[in-house]
Amino acid sequence: MAEETTNPPPAETPAAPKAAPTAKPASPASAGAKPAAAKPAAAKPAGHAAPKGPPLATLTPELVQLQQQFGESVITPAPYVGVLVNDPSKLRDVMTYVRDQLGFDMLANATAVDYIKEGYIEVVYHPQRSKGGQPITLKVRVPRGNDPVAPTEVAVPSLTPIYAGAEFQEREIYDMYGVRFEGHPDLRRILTWEGFYGWPLRKDWHEPYYEGDTKPFDSRWPGGHHELAEERVPWADNVNYPPGFDPLNFNANPDAGLYDTMISGVPGVEEIASNGHAQRSPQFKGVGAAVPVLDRNYNNLADEEELQTDQIIVNMGPQHPSTHGVLRMVVKLDGETVTDLKLVLGYLHRNHEKIGERNTWLHNIPYTDRLDYICGIANELGYVITVEKMMGIKPTERAEYLRVIMTELTRIESHFWAIGFLLNDLGAFYTPALYFITERDLILDLFESVTGSRLMCNYMRFGGVSRDLTEDQLMHARQLAFDRIPRKIDELEQLLTDNEIIKARTIGVGYLPADRSINYSLTGPCLRAAGVPYDIRRVDPYSIYDRFDFEIPVFYGADVYDRYRVRVAEMRQSLRIVQQALNQLDQTKPGDIQAGKKAYNHRVPAGEAYGRVETPKGELGFYLVSDGGQNPYRYHVRSSSFINLNSLKEMTVGHKVADAVVILGSLDIVLGEVDR
Amino acid sequence: MGLMGTGILKGLGVTLRHFIDTYAEDLKYILNKSGVQQPRPLRRQSPKNRGLVTVEYPRERLPLPENFRYIPFLVYDTEKQDDKCTSCGICAKVCPPQCIWIVRTEDPVTKRPVPQPKEFYIDTTICMNCGYCAEFCPFDAIKMDHDYELSYYPNQEPSARLVHDKARLTKPDTYHASIHPTDWRRELEDRAAEEAKKKAAAEAKAKADAAKVSGGAAPSGAPPAAKPAPAAKPAAPAAKPAASKSSAEPAADAPAAPSDAAQAGESQ
Repeated sequence: MAEETTNPPPAETPAAPKAAPTAKPASPASAGAKPAAAKPAAAKPAGHAAPKGPPLATLTPELVQLQQQFGESVITPAPYVGVLVNDPSKLRDVMTYVRDQLGFDMLANATAVDYIKEGYIEVVYHPQRSKGGQPITLKVRVPRGNDPVAPTEVAVPSLTPIYAGAEFQEREIYDMYGVRFEGHPDLRRILTWEGFYGWPLRKDWHEPYYEGDTKPFDSRWPGGHHELAEERVPWADNVNYPPGFDPLNFNANPDAGLYDTMISGVPGVEEIASNGHAQRSPQFKGVGAAVPVLDRNYNNLADEEELQTDQIIVNMGPQHPSTHGVLRMVVKLDGETVTDLKLVLGYLHRNHEKIGERNTWLHNIPYTDRLDYICGIANELGYVITVEKMMGIKPTERAEYLRVIMTELTRIESHFWAIGFLLNDLGAFYTPALYFITERDLILDLFESVTGSRLMCNYMRFGGVSRDLTEDQLMHARQLAFDRIPRKIDELEQLLTDNEIIKARTIGVGYLPADRSINYSLTGPCLRAAGVPYDIRRVDPYSIYDRFDFEIPVFYGADVYDRYRVRVAEMRQSLRIVQQALNQLDQTKPGDIQAGKKAYNHRVPAGEAYGRVETPKGELGFYLVSDGGQNPYRYHVRSSSFINLNSLKEMTVGHKVADAVVILGSLDIVLGEVDR
Repeated sequence: MGLMGTGILKGLGVTLRHFIDTYAEDLKYILNKSGVQQPRPLRRQSPKNRGLVTVEYPRERLPLPENFRYIPFLVYDTEKQDDKCTSCGICAKVCPPQCIWIVRTEDPVTKRPVPQPKEFYIDTTICMNCGYCAEFCPFDAIKMDHDYELSYYPNQEPSARLVHDKARLTKPDTYHASIHPTDWRRELEDRAAEEAKKKAAAEAKAKADAAKVSGGAAPSGAPPAAKPAPAAKPAAPAAKPAASKSSAEPAADAPAAPSDAAQAGESQ
């Protein structure tokens, strides 16, 4: 347990005394260009007397205003970026002020970092304005404790009353770090199963077959012992069982807590808690006690009593054609009407973030492909620009254009896929889907011939891309962008947009108005279908999107039909961008695709950054903390699919069960990104 | 809002068009066919195609693009009769799932490492085909393969299994040249350029030596020409077994190994 982390905490300077023979401090020249890197440097002289502490952030005007409002004892500058809310009990007041007075009406991201050496867990919030601009960073610290099972003693107030979008994210933090959230309506584990032993993202939690905190592992070279990974049995090595665990009498009921929150007629909160946990194995008491079921406002008890109808709970999934993968929707039905809905996630959970913290910065690029495997290149772009922001490097012109071309083609193919499968969900089984998959495959042909793979492209590099397009490949891209795909989008609209059956099934279904959408942190086409012109390519431009002439399509129906129409309109806009980029590509130097020398062991200056891009599904953010080493200290993915699912319940309740399938389809989730 | 049902009719028109287009493509193919025995011409979906194209997979295979990447293989230099790999270990370090194991060869006498792998394993069950090993190998010694059918029966011999050892991984550079013609051309050019550079450097050195010698004593072409070879040898920290190696070329490669690696690592 008392494994020593080889990672120095972020307090260390970039020139950490790591054993690597090439340990060379990050060149000071690279630390100047970008704000994330420049800020700490600028703030250093202003810092307190503490000689070894990390540099404190310089505050933006909003944060200064916040500090004036709540006093300098409550709000202090945090290391590197943002402010620290020193008193967790004031967090709700602060956040209410942030939302109502400062206008940061959307919680973009909430996550945590385990600073094991300092002995606290830092919960990090990134609220942003739905009008656009950079998010601000607020942090809260709670002592982490050394108990491997118990959650933190000090609870953080839940932000769910302020930002509905915090619900899943707080559950994730609870699940991964064991941070308790006071006042959360349904604080259960979300990605791991109920009864999981330990808090997987804490730095002292080690997975089976743990080899080391960071890659590359020493055992691989020069004289390591090879083995076939598939022959490993998962329970063989380094598995931590709870004390007193008896596998023969193992009787965890992981669904007890879930059904408790859905079954009506259970009187009080305390009783639920005790009943729910009494059904489980007594060995799991420690874990069970960590599951407060506090708020019961999910159930509409009054209706049930008046109508005297029976309600049943139906599990859709995890293996179900309508759930787009291994997602389980637990719906409570009154007849055919959905009265409550809960999601069970995590069937595809592989602790992507833990893997990401073991990996070097470069290793992570192909892993991001596996997040949302429908649009891998867009994920890579998000990660790469975040790291570039921290390293202060800039890709070459040609690489920028190639990035935009590939990313926008990814958007088109992803929307083809989304619309095709929305039609599947509507019952038009596979005929339209296959028409669109044909077009998607033509785009994937291009990806395959350029990058070597159709889905797992691994195309981006820090400071560039991996390959240039040859003349043949450019011709293929031009044929697609100028001729084939515009024609096919017209055909798609001809096939679907006026279809009366589609209109009858989708108009008014899955309604979620703009203010609720924002409150739920909904992003992507679903938010734009509710009339909010929020697209990161426009509100906080990255890469070279400010050079292109394109529009952000917005519809106002906030229903499934408009989500479909937004996607079609977005494909046309993406085509415009691709066409412009292909035309302007001639002005750049062929082959000039990598800034600087190609390297494999990057060192990123100590600091942290939150970078985001607009993927086809919504806002994909990466929250990275570097301690100056070869590996990220914290690697968090703000996944749009995961956070968009927050709002599924509110969209679905009141509709028929068949509509629940369509509404889920209209959100366009990919489980690889939901579960990570 | 148009007449009820016009939207559906419009959509059905699209379906009909797809139906006709697909058969029109097939009709073209039937009319072109000269005899029954002739294999069907392989067509790939292209932006110009209409309708749907079916490829009957196990019987027909689509041509793979050159950049296509699957499980890596080691390149064997048929010209020099030697592995190109020098066991520098960069591939094992850049491998994201850490599926490469290398055992270095030791000189049996001096116990010093020889730049050649004794063992080389890739666990293909966890290889993610990212292509980093091939991309970052400074010696063009590991390349991504086009062979994507790796399944085996449990009763097959262990060499067919999914931890590929050195014997299974090694493939001749002629094979590499056949599946990666562009890459191979680039390699040849690089090699030619390097040799030219080396030659030029040797000549320059010879000239300088000659000048030095001529400054002191009687000029002669022979001693300076012989000089560079012995000079290169002590510089190599890991002398290769003399029997298998031809001469200056691989010996000059050896010192290049660590320095290249360090250089690639140090930048940024």
